[in-house]
Amino acid sequence: MILKIDPAGLKEAKWHEYVLRFVFGGLITAAAGAIGKKWGPVVAGLFLAFPAIFPASATLVEKHECERKQRKGLHGEQRGIDAAADDALGAAMGSVGLLGFGVICWLFIPGHSPVLVLVVAALAWFVTAVSIWILRERRWR
Amino acid sequence: MEAIVRFVIGGAVVSAFAAVGGLFKPTSFAGLFGAAPSVALATLGLAIAQEGAGYASLECRSMISGAVALGVYSLLVTQLLMRGRFSALLATVSSTPIWFLVAFGLWKIFLR
Repeated sequence: MILKIDPAGLKEAKWHEYVLRFVFGGLITAAAGAIGKKWGPVVAGLFLAFPAIFPASATLVEKHECERKQRKGLHGEQRGIDAAADDALGAAMGSVGLLGFGVICWLFIPGHSPVLVLVVAALAWFVTAVSIWILRERRWR
Repeated sequence: MEAIVRFVIGGAVVSAFAAVGGLFKPTSFAGLFGAAPSVALATLGLAIAQEGAGYASLECRSMISGAVALGVYSLLVTQLLMRGRFSALLATVSSTPIWFLVAFGLWKIFLR
């Protein structure tokens, strides 16, 4: 499948959907801080990879795909579920990159420029996730 | 006050990654951004500034377990949707205990 940038995806989302993501993202970040204060960084760190906005995102993907198909006069429910499954599979591939992000930050934040380490780790997440996605696409074609 | 700052920064970073992910097609590529280090970037920036590099490094070590748990969780959600034909909400919410089980299981074995 060809990778495309489609700004229509952003226009499709309603303002309350952005608010929902903001609230869930804000809550898990605040919660990670509170957990760190109460139980320390070892427990709090687990929650840096908690799927806080995952249910909201997957539900929105399902809803948008369903609506798109229904506008064309098709039964959208099935395609909506398929789209949510694709989204979840993408997250599974992205989580390998997230693991790499964690390893780089764990090993290199002490003794190096933290900003530089965070930038390099974020790039490593992106490169790893995209590489796995490309490999899977090539294998399936 | 600190919780509010965390809430605003976390919300902004998570929303930004979600918006970038929403730009891409196909859906499987956009889904990569569901596992973006958005909460980590927001939290680690604050942790380094307030608690120091050692504290942030410990958080990152635990995050590795959380990332493994997120991978298992995402694969389970995929299966529930593809084979079980669950709704997205039901599949994602009902799989959440698996995230806790894997994340805290790894924590108990390797980190405690």
